[in-house]
Parts: sequence; C-alpha cells; structure tokens
Amino acid sequence: MNIAVASGKGGTGKTTLATALAEAAGGRVQLLDCDVEEPNCHIFVKLPAKTRDQVTVLVPEVVPEKCTACGECSRACRFNAIVSLGAAPMVFSELCHGCGGCLLACPSHALQEAQRVVGYIETSHAGDLTFIQGRLDVGQVLSPPVIRAVRERIDPGELSIIDCPPGTACPMVTAVRGSDYVILVTEPTPFGLHDLRLAVETVREIGIPCGVVVNRSDGSDGLISEYCSAEGITILLRVPNDRRVAEAYSRGDGLLTSLPGLRQELKGLLVRIARFSRRPAEVR
Amino acid sequence: MKVAITSTGPELGSAFESRFGRAPLFLVYDLEKDTFTAVDNSVNMAAAQGAGLQAAQAVVSAGAAAVITGHVGPKAFQALSAAGVQVFTATAVTVAEALSLLERNELVELKAADALGRGGRGR
Repeated sequence: MNIAVASGKGGTGKTTLATALAEAAGGRVQLLDCDVEEPNCHIFVKLPAKTRDQVTVLVPEVVPEKCTACGECSRACRFNAIVSLGAAPMVFSELCHGCGGCLLACPSHALQEAQRVVGYIETSHAGDLTFIQGRLDVGQVLSPPVIRAVRERIDPGELSIIDCPPGTACPMVTAVRGSDYVILVTEPTPFGLHDLRLAVETVREIGIPCGVVVNRSDGSDGLISEYCSAEGITILLRVPNDRRVAEAYSRGDGLLTSLPGLRQELKGLLVRIARFSRRPAEVR
Repeated sequence: MKVAITSTGPELGSAFESRFGRAPLFLVYDLEKDTFTAVDNSVNMAAAQGAGLQAAQAVVSAGAAAVITGHVGPKAFQALSAAGVQVFTATAVTVAEALSLLERNELVELKAADALGRGGRGR
C-alpha cells in the first residue's frame, strides 16, 4: 500500500506528518521524498545516503553530416527547444521535455538521443525503514522525471509513505498518481481551505480516495470541518497547535518527539486508511 | 540590407517595443528600397517558453541581417549570433525613431545578451 502525503498549500506539515507516519508504522516501511526541488525529510530522518543514482532525461543531439537543415525538427518541437537557422539546428536542452518528437519528425535521421543528468536519487536504510529521496539539480526546471524515478523505487509489497511537493500542478500530480490513498494536510486558515479545495479537486480528478489531516488545529477549525462534511471527506486527524511541536521542529526533531502520544493515533490512522484505500493491505 | 525592429503595431509610427522574444510584431525594413513589411509575432508572445528563440528564427527567415530592440536574452542572442544577425539596442519612442538612430550610426551593436533569460514563464 502506498500513501501520498500532499497538500495544495505549502508549509502545512506534509514532511512533518510523512516522517512521523513512517516512524509510527512499526514494521517495514519506505519513506519516499518526492519533493525533489527542496527535499527535507532527511532533516528528520538523519540517515547518511548509502547509494546515489543519477536521473537522466533524453535530449536530441544533431548529427551534422546527416542534417539537411530542413527545419522539420524545429517545427515539430512544442517546447521551442530547437532552432533551425539555415544550418544544422541548435538544441537548447534546458527547454527540452524529452518527448522525442523531433526524432520522429526528422526525415534524414540526423538526430540521436543523448542522456542529460537532471538530478539524483539517494537511498538509505535503518532497521525497518528504507529512505529514498530525489533531488533535482540546481538550474533544472523539470521535476517530474526525478519524481517518477523516486516512485519507481516503491516496493508494492511494503507500506510506502510518499512526501509530495506542494501545489496542484505537474510535480504534485506526478508524485500522487499511482498512490492507493492521499492524505491532504491542511491548516485551519482561509488560505489552507482555499488550497485544500484545489487539492481535493485534483485528487478526485486523478481518482484516488483521500482524507484530511488538520495541522496546527486550535480546536476552532470549523472552516475545514464544514467544507469536509459538505464534501463527504473524512478528517483523519487533528494535530494540535502546540508550541512544543514548533520547538522540536526547530531542532530538527519530529512530531513524535514532541507529542509521543500521537504514535498510537498515527498507527490507528494507517490501519483505517488501509480499509479505505484502493489496495487494502495489512498494516502491522 | 533588411533590419527587423520590434514594434507594438504595424506602422513606422507605431510604438517601439523593448522586448525581443515577446514583441507583438517585427517591422522588417529594407534600407535599400525604403519599404517594410510587418511580421506578426503574436504566437511567440504567448509561448510558454523559448519565445526568444522562435523570434530569432522568425527574424532570420524574414531575411533580416540586423535587429533593433530594447533587450535580448541569452538564448535569443546565441541564436541570432549563430545566424550572423547583428543586434542593436535602442531606447526610442517609435519604430521610425529607432530606425533613424540606426541610420545616423547612433546605435551601439550588442556583443552579449543584456537581459536575463526569464525561464520562459515571464518570471
């Protein structure tokens, strides 16, 4: 069973919840950091990377001897990554999405594919935990290939917790898609509600069951509960707005350090999710 | 020689446009014949990314040997240089004014990009 921890709004506590869930799981568990533009589960997990693999995308390379400068590649490119100016085309690989359309369009087979590194994946283990994080290289703009590379390492036989990037655009969708269940973390503010709505719409469009965790709950989160009851969405858990959580967080300590009582609640939450999810599996 | 000038409208009296890739139009002026044609660039104006590159391609295929604009980003400059197109930057109110600055030799040729690439998203 794999559970994505997502949100519309940034800074709601996805990483805090994802790392705490992995800690509370009490059995073999994978924690995957798919927030590859700014992965930060490692701040809480504190494990040195054991292996490091490059993530590459395919980009076109011109074979000048075969090129007739016909310009078909440039016309085929939806991303304006190839310019044909009467000589062999110039490829601007940072604009390339690696779709391969130019290779199909070239009538003289003057393009070949080369690999370009866009990021890397680090893996580490400690006890029952396998920690996998993706990191997009500085200056790269396309995070989905790195996110997909992280998701490819999901072991379907295990419980996997996926920390997703914020928002509702391609990176979030790529990180969430294929999950059995999505936990949407929100905060009881108008901003939190606004972005929660967008996230719910997105997750429903993808077709994955979801539930809500209200973080920094001060007991008066009617805004969120009214919306959730109107939409028929389960509120799975409320994490209290407690200064101790913030203090622990500022030291790089997780939620269970400041609120150890949450461990049983989180474990229970995993059991409940296993019942709602698309692919029920046993949680020990 | 033909010169492409970034413009907001189809006439010589139109306001000069300072952006290259996302200019609404190019007026391609033939200095020998004193005639000009307007090249629409509205597709590139709305491009998600690579507008400068497409604009460079449009200017080259219109036969321009020089460009007068406000600013040029790194990718567009690289493409224009590769095609041997001279780039002049100007601050002018109208296209006609930019053109007369060129004719009076008052414009300096740009030797490197003078604007940051915007990552294609207007950021």
